[in-house]
Amino acid sequence: MCTMIVTQVGIAGCGKGTNGWFELREANVSYDHPFNAPFEHAVNIDFVNEALGPSARVAVELSVEGARTLVAAINAVLERAESGGYLEQPVPAVR
Amino acid sequence: MPGWDEWYREATRKFAHHGYAALSPNLYHRAGHGSPEDVAAKVRAAGGVADEQALGDLAGALQYLRALPASNGKVGVFGTCSGGRHAFLAACRVPGFSAVVDCWGGRVVMAPGELTPKQPVAPIDYTQDLSCPLLGIFGEEDQNPTPAHVAQLEEELKHHGKTYEFHMYAKAGHGFFYHDRPNYRQEQAVDGWRKLFAFLETHLK
Repeated sequence: MCTMIVTQVGIAGCGKGTNGWFELREANVSYDHPFNAPFEHAVNIDFVNEALGPSARVAVELSVEGARTLVAAINAVLERAESGGYLEQPVPAVR
Repeated sequence: MPGWDEWYREATRKFAHHGYAALSPNLYHRAGHGSPEDVAAKVRAAGGVADEQALGDLAGALQYLRALPASNGKVGVFGTCSGGRHAFLAACRVPGFSAVVDCWGGRVVMAPGELTPKQPVAPIDYTQDLSCPLLGIFGEEDQNPTPAHVAQLEEELKHHGKTYEFHMYAKAGHGFFYHDRPNYRQEQAVDGWRKLFAFLETHLK
């Protein structure tokens, strides 16, 4: 926790944690020391639901190159989906 | 990544093995319950703990240790990474410590743009209030603190006539004591621990 380079964004979706699927509400993106990846610093993305406590977390720790590749891939997929007319907002399922 | 993690708990037992009453206060305990990684990740997302809160917890730990029946009244404070920053800050702001060990504490030197409501003052700006001898252990390949940051802190210590001992290790970067991480450097770590315990022997026993 040395750089304090971090930002939080609100998201909607689901993540699968150690106790199964849960609703995601936030993503915390930082460039700081990872817990496990073999780098001094990594792009750490924690998909969380703060209302459910610290354990509601799906974590990834990426190399800088890996993070840039992922961003490009996400954007490319979204562009293809948009150009194909698939990019509707999901309708929440009624339970 | 400091937190109340396994390495820190192992290090605490190492101090005990060397004859010290050792305490590892969990500076993140207010962030909720969970694994140390999950709790530390939550604190990371929140921009760390506020300096004033950490100082309050460290003052409490100091008082607890001094109140132990076997205490000789001397207490040291040790930290690595952001914990090294906390240790230096505590030695400046909390009266009563007899020795401080800062291992590669990042952001002791802070640019104005790095200051936040939680970390409103760069620790280096409190150097004149440092109240005990300081041991600093650093790696010359570290990006935070860089050797330039360490040199800047050393200049400030000299300026205020403080007692300090700095060791800058070659072929070592950030966190070279962490035996479970790729940055571990066996030779430098063994020597660093030896110097650390010699320092504590001088100032705490």
